[in-house]
Amino acid sequence: MSGAYNFAYLDEQTKRMLRRALLKAVAIPGYQVPFASRDMPLPYGWGTGGIQVTAAVLGQDDVLKVIDQGADDTTNAVSIRAFFRKTAGVATTERTAEATVIQTRHRIPERPLHAGQILVFQVPIPEPLRFLEPRERETRRMHGLADYGAMHVKLYEDVARMGRITTSFAYPVKVAGRYVMDPSPIPKFDNPKLHDCPALQLFGAGREKRVYAIPPHTTVESLDFEDHPFEVQRWDRPCGLCGSTDSYLDEVVTDDQGGRLFCCSDTDFCRERRDRMDEGR
Amino acid sequence: MSAHDLPLLEVRDLAKSYGGLQALKPTGFELWPGEVLAIVGESGSGKTTLLSCLAGHVPADGGSVRFRLREGTGVDLLQMAEAERRLLARTEFGFVHQNPRDGLRLNISAGGNIGERLMAAGWRHFGRIRGEALAWLDRVEIDRSRIDDLPRGFSGGMQQRLQIARNLVTRPRLVLMDEPTGGLDVSVQARLLDLLRRLVAELDLAVVIVTHDLAVARLLSHRMLVMRQGQVVEQGLTDRVLDDPQHPYSQLLVSSILAA
Repeated sequence: MSGAYNFAYLDEQTKRMLRRALLKAVAIPGYQVPFASRDMPLPYGWGTGGIQVTAAVLGQDDVLKVIDQGADDTTNAVSIRAFFRKTAGVATTERTAEATVIQTRHRIPERPLHAGQILVFQVPIPEPLRFLEPRERETRRMHGLADYGAMHVKLYEDVARMGRITTSFAYPVKVAGRYVMDPSPIPKFDNPKLHDCPALQLFGAGREKRVYAIPPHTTVESLDFEDHPFEVQRWDRPCGLCGSTDSYLDEVVTDDQGGRLFCCSDTDFCRERRDRMDEGR
Repeated sequence: MSAHDLPLLEVRDLAKSYGGLQALKPTGFELWPGEVLAIVGESGSGKTTLLSCLAGHVPADGGSVRFRLREGTGVDLLQMAEAERRLLARTEFGFVHQNPRDGLRLNISAGGNIGERLMAAGWRHFGRIRGEALAWLDRVEIDRSRIDDLPRGFSGGMQQRLQIARNLVTRPRLVLMDEPTGGLDVSVQARLLDLLRRLVAELDLAVVIVTHDLAVARLLSHRMLVMRQGQVVEQGLTDRVLDDPQHPYSQLLVSSILAA
């Protein structure tokens, strides 16, 4: 840990401000709480919201895991992990089971989370109504009055044009029967994992200066129609590396001759399965 | 007494100032179920301010607007909590803007525009929402094949008819219209007026229509208010006011129509 930084980079007053906002967010599930977002040493869109939330909740005994699109070894994940190793000196891991704080971009780990873990999402646009209503004042009023009829218009447009709900990421959810929330750009495959999750889920949007939360064991429903119910993506083949049939798969181009590999996007989940197969051999 | 014997809307001493300018002096009127009331007057006479205060688009300075709910009790729209007022606005009222671009979502298909109020009212069955949207396209004489097209590609008259369908789909009892025929050419206006007359009769709608076009008032309305400088100078049955205007300003308005 470098002595030139306060623990986890942010000063103590800033972390208190963030924790106050987070407590309010936990108290009102799905409600977007404004906070005084700070400049961080990385560009907007790279996780400035997530990194501030992580800094606010991180303690000396925490074990941090950072993933980007499910992978521990991508640029964003590697540099944020290195950032906290340097400024907080905390232990880091690539194993979902061992982590106490997991910062993520665009995925929820395949392995079920357990009580005591905190999942921190990086959020680009926290407002689920933005597509329909550009005025912030109006969207806040719509949330306040639970005036959510317009939200289904987006899903209507999908079914009218494509014959099914084609929204495949940032799929809107209703939290604890009250607030409609953008779950960040996770694939809708991960939406069912938001529901009744034993871990605490925190969301940070740095540019938009909002945090929100899903406390453990909260009801989270994905919006849908009676005759077009919510469905998750399915693949017609297993993971090419570990053979998993129930995980989210990435398509990887392997050569110039049209070679394709479908493999788990959650690298830790895939590695764990392969290790177990090796042991069994 | 049946519901038709009591006014749907009772407006008392409704007033609005913008800074030092009193755009609407204390004004009152009543509107009965199934009645079409025209508000006429020149630009700046306060007719649009009156309509905006009724719709809650701008807060009134004083007065009361009592609306009779389906079960018969009256509520004051100006005293209501905003959540309740919005619920009423989604189900019981319609508002037709002069410019259909203000009343439509242009990046949403025609079907989505009609279906929005149904979804806001809790409809969650895609097939039924679409069925209702198709039925309303028929009623406002838009070809069914245009249901998935964006309204930005529609002509002005079609956009206005779509806006009307979008407002009437939840069977409101009161519709406010701000110059619905403004900006349309004469033959399109005539067709729209025919359509409005038919829908108003079919659905037993109460309508407040703001217009500066006396021909529109003559064709559509049962009663009219003539406004000037923020106050009502004359009111009465449409034919009476137009054929036998009493107030000098009404006489001026009527005499200024060009005979074709």
